[in-house]
Amino acid sequence: MIHARGLVKRFGDFTAVDGIDLEVAPGEAFGFLGPNGAGKSSTMRMIGCVSTPTAGELRILGMDPVREGPAIRGRLGVCPQTDNLDPDLTVFENLTTYARYFGIPRAEGRRRAAELLEFVQLTEKSGSTVDPLSGGMKRRLSIARAMINEPDLVLLDEPTTGLDPQARHLLWERLFRLKQRGVTLVLTTHYMDEAEQLCDRLVVMDAGKIVAEGSPRHLIETYSTREVVELRFGDDAPATYVEKLAGIGERLDPLPDRLLLYSDDGDAAVNEVHRRGFTPSSVLVRRSTLEDVFLILTGRTLVD
Amino acid sequence: MDGTLAVFNRAIVSYRRLWQASVFSSFILPVLFVLSIGIGVGGHISGVDGVSYLDWIVPGVLASTAFQMAVGESTFPVLGDFKWVRGYHAMRATPVRIADMISGYQLYIMFRVVIASVVFLGVSALFGAIHSPWVVFTPFVCALLGVAVSAPTSAFAATIENDSYFALLFRFLVIPSTLFAGVFFPVSQLPALLRPLAYASPLWHAVELCRAATLGVAPPWPVAAHLAYLLAWAGLGYLLALRAFRRRLSD
Repeated sequence: MIHARGLVKRFGDFTAVDGIDLEVAPGEAFGFLGPNGAGKSSTMRMIGCVSTPTAGELRILGMDPVREGPAIRGRLGVCPQTDNLDPDLTVFENLTTYARYFGIPRAEGRRRAAELLEFVQLTEKSGSTVDPLSGGMKRRLSIARAMINEPDLVLLDEPTTGLDPQARHLLWERLFRLKQRGVTLVLTTHYMDEAEQLCDRLVVMDAGKIVAEGSPRHLIETYSTREVVELRFGDDAPATYVEKLAGIGERLDPLPDRLLLYSDDGDAAVNEVHRRGFTPSSVLVRRSTLEDVFLILTGRTLVD
Repeated sequence: MDGTLAVFNRAIVSYRRLWQASVFSSFILPVLFVLSIGIGVGGHISGVDGVSYLDWIVPGVLASTAFQMAVGESTFPVLGDFKWVRGYHAMRATPVRIADMISGYQLYIMFRVVIASVVFLGVSALFGAIHSPWVVFTPFVCALLGVAVSAPTSAFAATIENDSYFALLFRFLVIPSTLFAGVFFPVSQLPALLRPLAYASPLWHAVELCRAATLGVAPPWPVAAHLAYLLAWAGLGYLLALRAFRRRLSD
């Protein structure tokens, strides 16, 4: 579906995407994970054929995005980072007017609009204008709109950013259904849990480059340990404990507020901390997540 | 063509939701103008160029209504679709081409202008201000004027980031044009030095064509020359809009 070799995007002196290779297969749910400014959205815009690559090779659905942009876009569904729904039109009209952009006949557009509103659970809001809808509803409408042309490939740029937990879970559930139907999903996110929930495979991006690639489980197994212990020591700086706890677990990462101790056996590591005579003010043993992978790979947390 | 019609369709669907808001400026205001100035002021003067002031001013107000509507509909709505609503970005993600975005909206401008012209002419006919069957061409003249000013205004709206530029556009171009381009008094009454400014305004050419048509007289320049001037504005404006939209939507 997507094939990229040495893909580069520059804006003047700034290199947003710095030579990345990608391969996305049909039916896959593929994620770009990384902090703001990592180059995720720039990559998505090139895949969506609205931004021209500065260098490198890019094929979308086997076509050239520069020469065959309209033909490719006709088979893509795009859910942008910033909602661009028509606020004065009704929910239903937002879908039917958008259907016409793809040359879908009126009656067929109405049929699909009704079906998609059912799918994103907005049938009751069909006649309402968009303005009073909640953020989660708008996002669901954007997803319904992206599906109006029955696309082969759906691009979702930070689909749940800014939504409350309930709205996020509903959205994830809908996206999971799409995936089950065999729709290829490509999404960007800076939420670890989102990537773990939705993606079969993902790349971690930082400063325009791909720093790791694989399934969430593979990334965690490769770059992190099975468990992570979070230790807090009251008012003491976590960094001062790095030396004292040296040798416990695989590695130690001092953050400003806590010390992360990577170990395949968290409880054993905690016992060892106590045995050395230290009593942290709080101890949390948890499973390793993609957040840990990102921290290990870049030395920074994702929250910026 | 499909893309152009799809963009036109979106504008029409929006208009159907919001048309009430435009009734006053599109239909009622021009009629009030004709009543107050044509009949009120006209009652105190003997007429212009041998016709009653009411008859003389009706085609002017007709064209200036089209002019203001076309400019107005190409300012905030166009900038808004780049900045706030981001409707052009939504279209950009589909097979719709940038040329379709502009053509579709120009089609909508023509539609709005023709509807407003026909309603205004209907009311004017009731006051006996229409004197020639050539009047049937005036909605088309107004549509052409609409594109001649809407296309370059769209280009301008696609170039700026801040809506305060629109105040300058109205203050220094739209209002002076309305006042001095032969709508309320003949351009021949302007000092010779200022007349070329009136001739430069597309509004003047449309006013003269409409006036010739409603009164059944010949316009000051050959009809083809007036039309060519308006077409040049429309064509050049379209190219400028294409360039401005491309710059804003591509990287």
